[in-house]
Amino acid sequence: MTEDAPQPATLADLYAIAYQIEADAVELYQLLADQMEIHNRPELATLFRDLERAEGLHRDDIARRAADPELEARARRVARWRITGSPEGADLASVHYQMSAHEALTLALAGEQRALQFFERLKSTGTDPEIRRFAAELAEEEAEHVALCRRLLQRYPAPDADTDLHDPDPPIQQE
Amino acid sequence: MTCATPLPCRPADFRSDVKPIWCPGCGDYHVLMAFTRAFAEIGVPPERMAVVSGIGCSSRIPAYTRCYGFHGVHGRGLAVAAGLKLARPDLTVVAASGDGDGYSIGGNHFLHACRRNVDFTYIVMDNHIYGMTKGQPSPTTEPDFDTALAPGGTGLRPFHPLVVALASGANFVARTFSGNIGETASIIAEAIRHPGFSFVEILSPCVTFRPDQKGWKDMVRPAPVKATDDPARAARRLMTDDGFVLGVLYRGNRRPYQPLEASRAGDLRTVEGDFEL
Repeated sequence: MTEDAPQPATLADLYAIAYQIEADAVELYQLLADQMEIHNRPELATLFRDLERAEGLHRDDIARRAADPELEARARRVARWRITGSPEGADLASVHYQMSAHEALTLALAGEQRALQFFERLKSTGTDPEIRRFAAELAEEEAEHVALCRRLLQRYPAPDADTDLHDPDPPIQQE
Repeated sequence: MTCATPLPCRPADFRSDVKPIWCPGCGDYHVLMAFTRAFAEIGVPPERMAVVSGIGCSSRIPAYTRCYGFHGVHGRGLAVAAGLKLARPDLTVVAASGDGDGYSIGGNHFLHACRRNVDFTYIVMDNHIYGMTKGQPSPTTEPDFDTALAPGGTGLRPFHPLVVALASGANFVARTFSGNIGETASIIAEAIRHPGFSFVEILSPCVTFRPDQKGWKDMVRPAPVKATDDPARAARRLMTDDGFVLGVLYRGNRRPYQPLEASRAGDLRTVEGDFEL
């Protein structure tokens, strides 16, 4: 467990952390979809909306299983990464309006892999058997998401090296 | 404008429906996320908050929040924010700016806002360039950074905002990096809670005119020592600082500015009396 990551003391805390990871991912993909809409990349906007929807389903599923009326409040209290954002957050600096679907999915894959790593660590370091058991379950779910991203990446392979990456609207400094 | 859910508000309650039009990859997206998280953390509802700005990419942020907002005049966000806070001390006021708006056009307001120590928070999204107006060097641009307007660089010593803030009397001085969203949200929340004028510099990369700033995430590092309340010690630390040390560097104890006639503020009969000839 990194120093930055939250450490659940109870099973309810772990539900809250899992919920917040997915909620943060929803926020991120919504932001990315909005960016791509603004910059006239409808196909990428759709891709990010689909990812947003998938993360939203996972978030809602966790909320249903938690059956905790205090889940959101607990999540805000407990699920705090001191320095960085939660694992499914992305390095937004790597986003470009010309990014390909492959790059977008690679970004999503990296987030899923970080979440998988987080739950894998918790599975082996959790202080309570219930926490370790649920962390294992969450790790399995994240592993499925990783596999899904990999399958999608095959569907949207990296552009060929000779693909024209000419930027039709390059930034021009004032002269 | 109240929260969609019963209090306390969620970060989403502070986001407006306006879609940001910053360049994809811009650090300001992370700053916006940190703003809403910090606002939710301090527990003040949107209708009790005001976000004020000047002009520039970063200054678009009031439109993207669901608080009261004022997208002001170039470099003059601080004057509006100070006036608003003095007129409406019940509001939590946050001013936002960029390095061009805040340190060049608004440089004089910056000095005097620090000196006055009115109780509000100033967030500067610093990307060492004028982004919106197409890549001119700003006061924090490195002297050898080559631009079309300044071939070979300006050759000028960059402005050191944190030193200036400290020397001018800011009561809270911090630096953070937009990509460290958890830390940025915490520092903004702490700055808002701290009495007096709080200044937070956020290193927020401009991926369009400064793609080299993508490397900032590997250059930033936490401050090796805890924040101090001793301005002399803070100044010594800052003078040897390379601009990439993050964290709260100074927490002062100055009493926030109160107008001498604060007790009369808002008393309509007194105002009416003042009009008597």
